[in-house]
Amino acid sequence: MSKSSKNGLLIDYEYCTGCFACTVACCQEHGWEAPLSGIKIMEIVQDLPKGKAYLTFLPFPTELCVLCSKRTREGLDPTCVKHCMANCLTYGSFQELAKKLEQKPRMVLWSPR
Amino acid sequence: MEKTKTKIVRTTTWSAGPGCHGGCGVLAHIKDNKLVKLEGDPDHPWNQGRLCTRALAMTQYIDHHDRLRSPLKRVGKRGEDQFEEITWEEAFDIIEERMKGIRDEFGPESMIFSMGTGRDIGPWICMLAYAFGSPNVMFALSGNACYSPRIAALDTVQGDYCVFDAAQWLPGRYDNPEYKVPECMIIWGYNISATCPDNLFGHWIIDLMKKGTKIICIDPRLSFFASRSKHWLQIRPGTDAALALGFLQVIIKEELYDASFLETWTDAPRLVRNDTGKLLRESDIFQTGSDQNFVVFDTDSNTPVIWNTLEQAYGKASATPALTGIFDITLLDGTQITCTSVWEKFKESCAPYTPEKVEEITFVPALKIQKAARFYAKAKPAAIHWGVPIDMTPEITPLCHAIAALWALTGNLDVPGGNVFTRSAFNAVAYALPGAEGVIKLKDQDQDIPRIGKDAYGPFNKFIWRCQTDKVMEQIFSEKPYPVKGLWMQTCNPLSGIGLDPKQWQKAFEKLDFIVGVDLFMTPSLRYADIILPAATFLEKDGVRSWWVPLQTINKAMTVEGCRPDVEINFELSKRFDPDFKWDTIHALFDEILKPSGMNFKTLSEKGWALPPENSASRPYRRHEKGLLRSDKKPGFATPSGKFELYATLREEWNLRATPYFKEPPFTPVSRPDLFKDYPLILSTGRRSPAFFHAEHRNIPWLRALDPDPVVEIHPDTATLYAISNGEWVVLENWMGKARFKAKVTKIVPPWMVMAAHGWWFPEKKEDPLFHTFESNINMLIPMGEQGEDGLGAPIKHLLCSIRKESVEVKNV
Repeated sequence: MSKSSKNGLLIDYEYCTGCFACTVACCQEHGWEAPLSGIKIMEIVQDLPKGKAYLTFLPFPTELCVLCSKRTREGLDPTCVKHCMANCLTYGSFQELAKKLEQKPRMVLWSPR
Repeated sequence: MEKTKTKIVRTTTWSAGPGCHGGCGVLAHIKDNKLVKLEGDPDHPWNQGRLCTRALAMTQYIDHHDRLRSPLKRVGKRGEDQFEEITWEEAFDIIEERMKGIRDEFGPESMIFSMGTGRDIGPWICMLAYAFGSPNVMFALSGNACYSPRIAALDTVQGDYCVFDAAQWLPGRYDNPEYKVPECMIIWGYNISATCPDNLFGHWIIDLMKKGTKIICIDPRLSFFASRSKHWLQIRPGTDAALALGFLQVIIKEELYDASFLETWTDAPRLVRNDTGKLLRESDIFQTGSDQNFVVFDTDSNTPVIWNTLEQAYGKASATPALTGIFDITLLDGTQITCTSVWEKFKESCAPYTPEKVEEITFVPALKIQKAARFYAKAKPAAIHWGVPIDMTPEITPLCHAIAALWALTGNLDVPGGNVFTRSAFNAVAYALPGAEGVIKLKDQDQDIPRIGKDAYGPFNKFIWRCQTDKVMEQIFSEKPYPVKGLWMQTCNPLSGIGLDPKQWQKAFEKLDFIVGVDLFMTPSLRYADIILPAATFLEKDGVRSWWVPLQTINKAMTVEGCRPDVEINFELSKRFDPDFKWDTIHALFDEILKPSGMNFKTLSEKGWALPPENSASRPYRRHEKGLLRSDKKPGFATPSGKFELYATLREEWNLRATPYFKEPPFTPVSRPDLFKDYPLILSTGRRSPAFFHAEHRNIPWLRALDPDPVVEIHPDTATLYAISNGEWVVLENWMGKARFKAKVTKIVPPWMVMAAHGWWFPEKKEDPLFHTFESNINMLIPMGEQGEDGLGAPIKHLLCSIRKESVEVKNV
């Protein structure tokens, strides 16, 4: 099965602070009732050697994400991208985002449903 | 059906709504007087289109079914839920009659005017209190322990407050050629995900990290910054002053300081008497000498030379003041004494804090302290950003003094990318923060005489124009020297958020004759009010904001029937209380506040925002060199001596130690081993939630879903020790009381500390008039009355507690 959209989200999880602006922006844009949202944030405390740990927040688009198709048709960014406090979300074509992915570590490219 | 168009109103966030200290530019989409959507304003220099959860949830807030929409009058007992609706006119009439009654019988000072954290209600509460005639404006936190202490401490030693520089003053922000990105930033007790403290936008630090700034993180928790820092110093809460002194010890010992700044801009060469430990003053050695002038030892002439404070100059044209040495001085009466320099005294204060000693106190490894201190001192420029934990310890002023010495001695004060002085934009002062004088002020000094705590504590007579909160609490019960009879409580909820030892606040409420509550939702504290007035969000009002930069207006976008803005409520009552009240309209008041900018409300509102022009006191850099800080326009700082004071002249006047020091806080494993036996964990509180502003927002579904329960973070090893599972309800307890929390088992916290969330009550549990406010309230475990020697600070971040599974005992909280 092929995807209809050639666009996705590039998430720079090095800089996600876990502020949840994306989650609530999505609720406002699409009128989701809590706890539904098109993007959620996972808190991951990674175990590292010598008893150390590392805190990561990872935003991920849920089954509800439609990449703000109405907004993007009007030339606007998806609302999560627009409001992200850390500017760690980028919307674009996979081609363009894949190039950015090569430039910096700790990023993930999401292709929502 | 006729279609109405959506209009977009450009405005500024501040206070009710997101609840925060504000500053974000927003675009409110309004249709038929309803908020359809709130978005970040992409053109606004502050947030550049970004927006936080609380602002993005405004549509759920503004039309919430529980919003207060009519004034209420209490018809039952205090603490019950018996209220009836009355009209605004009736409410104003009752308030006027009752408050005038108190004023006639007991004096205006018998009314206390209480606010929560810093919003635009600050000036309007002062306006009302002063029009009524009372100087007793109260920030209801013990030890006034949020922001004011830090501001007062910096005013004491450097004359002005300062913050990290993210080019917020400059057109084009980071791209402005004047600006430099800091090479290093120390993040001291601050977690970014949720908050924008100090009237800064927290995520500016992320912008800087992307541009290459490296982080030193001082935090007992594994925060976002801790994970991403070059050096993470996992400190034992309450020992920050020891760490700061340890940094200074390394920097001084290894001569990593900026010698030119030290010699030119600090008080380092001032002589201190070895017999009294106090500054040598001109009046000590010359008959006609002034006690405001100080003395240095000139190495050219081998004689003492006077520093003339008024002239900001030495008495001798080419003096070379000695920084080190012991000097023989003859006093007026012929007594021979020895003196040493301030620099020697300052070094003596730091010397005991070797990395090894500091490791013992703070739990931070000595090597890490050394490495971090060297990195900070060598990085150019470097900045420090501190959070409210700095205020939340009793000896806050010596701590701030030590940290201030770090940015001063490394030459990072008021330089691009360093710590830069902050003043209200264009000197348009609406909110009289410590050290500033606003348009709204007391009518005369006599009105200030009965202010509570004013005479007990030096800073309260010099910088802080509020009453001292712990002293107010004492006085409510002692009625000495005069009784407190009434309370005006505006967007302030002591029973759930700001009040330590909340049962004591409950007793205080029960004792008072008359309480007015102004708020947007019913709260536990409002249950004690006689009259309740429904207030408005920032979208429903006009206002002005000059809290640092930019200068901007809040523009009314819509109305909610039945509700009124704080400023309108207070304006109406001010007119009733004061026949000579100065302003006819609210906009005339705004215009007067904005006057120094050359703009008025209308012109600024059309413009949107404004940055202060070059060479003004509210725009960096190097203002001490340009003579922009002192009222006499001479170069230097706005301190009593005109220098950055390593030895605080004002602290000496207040009979307090004038150089920085560390004192173990009152309830720690070290200071109270007896309590530690029964309460073997360090209890820290108040980690921020991205969903809430303190005790607010538990009733906003989108926000509550992010952080549904009161959480205590506990390390897996500690959880195993107490047989506690993740998600299980537990009881935290100490000698003050107890509270129930849901355990979050996580390596974010060290094994020796638990971190409990604050501000918890349950607006959805309506069967209890007090919404179970004492059930999961961490303040139940925190005493009042533990403020520092200067009346500032409180032990909020470092107490002791035990923890157990709730299921072990029948729930009885």
